Amino acid sequence: MPDRPLRVDRPLRVLLAEDQALLRAGLSRILTAGGFEVVATAASAPELAAALAGVDIDVAVLDVRLPPTFTTEGLVAAVQARRARPGLPVLVLSQYVEPLYAGELLADGDGAVGYLLKDRVSDVDDFLDAVHRVADGGTRLDPEVVAALVRSTRRRRPLDRLTEREREVLTLMAEGRSNVAIADRLFVSEKAVGKHTTSIFTKLDLPPAADDNRRVLAVLAWLRGERSG
Amino acid sequence: MTDWNAMPLTPIRSRSPMPIDGAALRDRLRLTGVSLVCALLAPPALALAIASILSAALGPLVIGIVLANAVVPATAALTRLHRRLAGALLGTPVTADYADTSGRNVVTRPMRWLTDSARWRDVAFLWFSATGGFVLSLLPVALLAAPVVHLTGALVDGGLLWWLLMVFLGGPALVVWWLVTPSLARARAVAEGNILGRSRVESLRDRVAEVAASRADTLDHSAEELRRIERDLHDGAQARIAAVGMSVGLAEKLLRTDPQAASELLREARTTSVEALADLRSVVRGIYPPALADRGLAGGVEALALQVPLPVTVSLRVPEDLPRPVQSAVYFAVSECLANTVKHAAASRAWLSGGWVEGRLTLVVGDDGRGGADPAGSGLAGVARRLAAFDGTLAVVSPPGGPTLVTLEVPCPTAR
Repeated sequence: MPDRPLRVDRPLRVLLAEDQALLRAGLSRILTAGGFEVVATAASAPELAAALAGVDIDVAVLDVRLPPTFTTEGLVAAVQARRARPGLPVLVLSQYVEPLYAGELLADGDGAVGYLLKDRVSDVDDFLDAVHRVADGGTRLDPEVVAALVRSTRRRRPLDRLTEREREVLTLMAEGRSNVAIADRLFVSEKAVGKHTTSIFTKLDLPPAADDNRRVLAVLAWLRGERSG
Repeated sequence: MTDWNAMPLTPIRSRSPMPIDGAALRDRLRLTGVSLVCALLAPPALALAIASILSAALGPLVIGIVLANAVVPATAALTRLHRRLAGALLGTPVTADYADTSGRNVVTRPMRWLTDSARWRDVAFLWFSATGGFVLSLLPVALLAAPVVHLTGALVDGGLLWWLLMVFLGGPALVVWWLVTPSLARARAVAEGNILGRSRVESLRDRVAEVAASRADTLDHSAEELRRIERDLHDGAQARIAAVGMSVGLAEKLLRTDPQAASELLREARTTSVEALADLRSVVRGIYPPALADRGLAGGVEALALQVPLPVTVSLRVPEDLPRPVQSAVYFAVSECLANTVKHAAASRAWLSGGWVEGRLTLVVGDDGRGGADPAGSGLAGVARRLAAFDGTLAVVSPPGGPTLVTLEVPCPTAR
């Protein structure tokens, strides 16, 4: 991944919280195969809280729903942990995605969050890339969340001004993909993606962003912000 | 006080003048006796009626309160007796529905009485008993008394007048007595039942409360069921399919570099996918069991009995076209009962019998186990709630030492 700073000193340290042994084992195996070091695992909310407080980690991969109440313990723990340590990279996995929960994760504006369906893990390389991006302060949202945000955004008119291609770029950008990745997906040059991006920002009346991460956050804020405005 | 329950009072036999036999005579004499009692109670009723009005009028004064505390309980005692009589003659109990006055003192209690419609209906009854009711009750007594008096006079005094009275007045009176006594007794009982019983509004209000409670239970139950299904899917099939995806994904990644590990992962994925299907099947079974869908209640219950690890005799005769919701509720009720038997009863065998007669579905689940089943236990209470949605009931007889008999009854008047 060219847009990722190289860390050769040590593997990234991961905290993995997942209550179902089968999935915990699978995730742990994939993360290890991807060059991460799973330094702690948690199967319940209390275990997760203890691990978040006690273990030095680079990124947390969390299941939304954990014992004891099987609701959104993982999400709540993530939001709390980031309050204590702003910008702590957190990738939340779930069997369902709710734009509402994505909003709660993004609310602090610090980035370094991911929110993906567990299904996405089966695309192992893409999943590992997502973990890396989040660990590096990037954002990664599930296509379903982005689709829901685009669908439900209140101000349709600016969106309607985008060309078909620009909408595709916007969607991929909102998912948190880099220009390189977007170019790869759409079979265009990186330069073309840059041009689309500039055009999108102009049409949506957004100030140009300094880097990839800020750009993603700006787009997401725009999509979400329109809901209340 | 006399034990009125012990009174040999049965419903009025027949209002038809035929046949003329001993039993019909005894019934008329009995009814005349009851009428006599009612007629004799008219004066106290009148006294209480006047006292009631006085106490209400004098309410603000101490004397009014004192009077009320004496009059209202006395009225209640009198009306209780009349309720008994009317209920016995009509064959349906006439129940009072007084407002609750527990925890109130001699001053606040009369205040409650003032606003209690049942107490005011008691007062209305007192007036009825002293007037129209008195006439209704006096007639049979007078019609029977006339010939008796005339005959006695004729026999003792021997004068012609007595004989003339006997023939022209007493005789017809006796005939009229025979004809009208049952109707008069019934008329009075019906009037009493209507005045003293719970009003139609009250009965309906109670019924609405019952229905609202059972509906709330049903909604709770459905919500709980949906939540359970969601959880079963989330923790079962969904998780396993996600795991299959992970295994296959990693296998794909390792295919070139580590084919052996990749093939191991694929084997794992295959077994996990089989487990996912098994999970889905069990979830489906929990929603609407296939045997129930295919074969109806009888077949479904039979299939259920086969899965129980002890011999279960099934003899069930039910129409195939019972309403589906009832079938489903009864199926799961039986399932819960059998599960209880297996878990708690230490039984060597169980049986299941039942049928559908005149719009009532009745099932008995029995076992020869140790008994002592608690109907308030969460499992059976859940079954009772589920059946209550259909106005069904659950009765448990389970003495220590067994056997345990659980009877499920659900009215379902027309099939489907």
